[in-house]
Amino acid sequence: MGKTLVEKIIAEHAGKEVSAGEIVIANVTVALVQDGTGPLAIKQLQKLNLEKVAHPERTVLFLDHSAPASRKELANDHMALRAFAAKTGAQLSDVGNGICHTVINEDYVNPGDLLIGADSHTCTGGALCAFSTGMGSTDVAIGMALGKTWLRVPETYKVNVTGKFPVGVYPKDLILHLIGMIGADGATYKSLEFGGPAIDNMAMEGRFTLANMAVEAGAKAGLIASDKITKAYLKKMGRVNKWREIKPDFDAEYERIIDIDVSTLKPIISYPHTVDNMRDIDQSVKDHIKVNQAFLGTCTNSRLSDWAIFSTIIKGKKLAPGVRLIAVPGSKKIEAELLKYGYLQAVMAFGGLILPPGCGPCVGVHGGILGDGENVIATQNRNFQGRMGNPAGNIYLASPATVAASAIAGYIADPREYTRVLRPLGTVPDPSKLPKKEVAKKAVRKRAPKTIRRRVVKKAAKARAFRPAKKVKAAKKRASRKR
Amino acid sequence: MLLRGKSHKFGDDISTDHIAPGRLFHLRSNLPELAKHVLEDADPEFAKKVQPNDFVVGGKNFGLGSSREHAPTIIKLSGVSAVLAKSFARIFFRNAINVGLPVLICDTDKINAGDELEIDLSMGTIKNLTTGTKLTFSPLPDAMIRILNDGGLVAHIEKHGDFKLN
Repeated sequence: MGKTLVEKIIAEHAGKEVSAGEIVIANVTVALVQDGTGPLAIKQLQKLNLEKVAHPERTVLFLDHSAPASRKELANDHMALRAFAAKTGAQLSDVGNGICHTVINEDYVNPGDLLIGADSHTCTGGALCAFSTGMGSTDVAIGMALGKTWLRVPETYKVNVTGKFPVGVYPKDLILHLIGMIGADGATYKSLEFGGPAIDNMAMEGRFTLANMAVEAGAKAGLIASDKITKAYLKKMGRVNKWREIKPDFDAEYERIIDIDVSTLKPIISYPHTVDNMRDIDQSVKDHIKVNQAFLGTCTNSRLSDWAIFSTIIKGKKLAPGVRLIAVPGSKKIEAELLKYGYLQAVMAFGGLILPPGCGPCVGVHGGILGDGENVIATQNRNFQGRMGNPAGNIYLASPATVAASAIAGYIADPREYTRVLRPLGTVPDPSKLPKKEVAKKAVRKRAPKTIRRRVVKKAAKARAFRPAKKVKAAKKRASRKR
Repeated sequence: MLLRGKSHKFGDDISTDHIAPGRLFHLRSNLPELAKHVLEDADPEFAKKVQPNDFVVGGKNFGLGSSREHAPTIIKLSGVSAVLAKSFARIFFRNAINVGLPVLICDTDKINAGDELEIDLSMGTIKNLTTGTKLTFSPLPDAMIRILNDGGLVAHIEKHGDFKLN
């Protein structure tokens, strides 16, 4: 009998062939804790007189949930984590470096790895075809110290995704749809294995969004085969040598197969207070839900393409009166890219507020706590009562495109109203590939007198570099018409 | 082992945010203080009402959400001797065993708020002394029984120096 992805990966770390249902001891490749779970992990190791880590170069302590610290108690927790890193040689990802699940995949996780993290969204690493799962502080503490953990090999649900994403519909809508379909406990203990043509064609960032939310269906892991797209991502991150192909056997045994044709999907909203409380956007528009706060960020949707889609929609628009927009880049690396491509500037010009890379208001510690009865439309993964710091607040989950459309409208709005500027998934304008020179020349012909041409060329090249491709095409068309 | 106490009933989908909310993040390194707020967002009076040896009784998917081990830890610190539910979220379930809090899967529709229960952990039975009904709960995997019997994962590692699950 063939093997699923999860059976293949765990087998490598258990040193023997394994099948679903077995309990095994497995070697841990990468371990992470964050500022909410790390202090307890350290205390447990101190109790055991075991203050060491088996692989300091692959054990990472993140200060991201309350970063910069919002209270003295948390500042002291941060000190404890810094001291532990200094003592054991473990890696420290300090305040402002970014969200654990974003940074760990940018810098540490490779296909076939086994990652345990004291944070439920550790499952994000499944997008790189690593077995990644969230555990509690004590489990991860022991895993860090001994370099191994115990696992029950989960059964697998195959999620077979076909069709083309309609314009305005994104991987976030797909995963919200899946969770709504099977329920918040629909995959408890199982491994979700995403496959099919729509996944084969999906960019890495969309895959992270899918894997990230596997836990919201109760799953232990959310895995995607390692392929050319995985390879390209690792290349971008400077470690293409760590790539290898991993795919499930054709005769692997699945407990359940779930088919989804994305071409039939609409933008999806999760209503308060459970993630599976799903509606499609047509219903939400009818419900006319006022938005007090809009939030772009978190380990689910704070990557370059999320910001690109968001910026494309808000370009030339103004934030609706009475709405505050909070936007948080996922990591310092992403922040630098956003700055380079003009997306941070676009959100600021729109009227948004940028917070430093980290979890932002998602965990309810700081940076955007809701008032009583207030509604937020957010790109995060969870809408539990009290999640954003106030049990009397209401959290609606959606894609970055839906959040952008809603921030403009002031109520939950349909991103498909912007199909004129949006493009089908996978062809999000990449500003680095715009024809800079040509644009600059045309701009000069139209605007600049000869005497100051040189200076303008330089300036224009800089300014136009951030234009989405479609705008550039339109500009070209206009220019050719004039001729 | 025989446990006896009163039931405190909760609904479906009690999340770790209900049990140990993010707005009390700063109390995570002060567990006795955090325990004063246990389950506050599901029942603001619970921490005051709960007596030593009582039971928390939930519906389906109890403990969903975050990996915060503080959630089962403060339930235990509040004196609760076991959590009963129709089903548990995976991470909460494992954490509860690791901190030495028994978690039992059974049909909790047959238990009302305030019912007096007697639970035999080794026999796998729950006697509802108020209604006179009897329930059984699904046995834990052997590996988890070993960890629970040792008093949690820290005690297990302290005793054996390694995982000893077979």
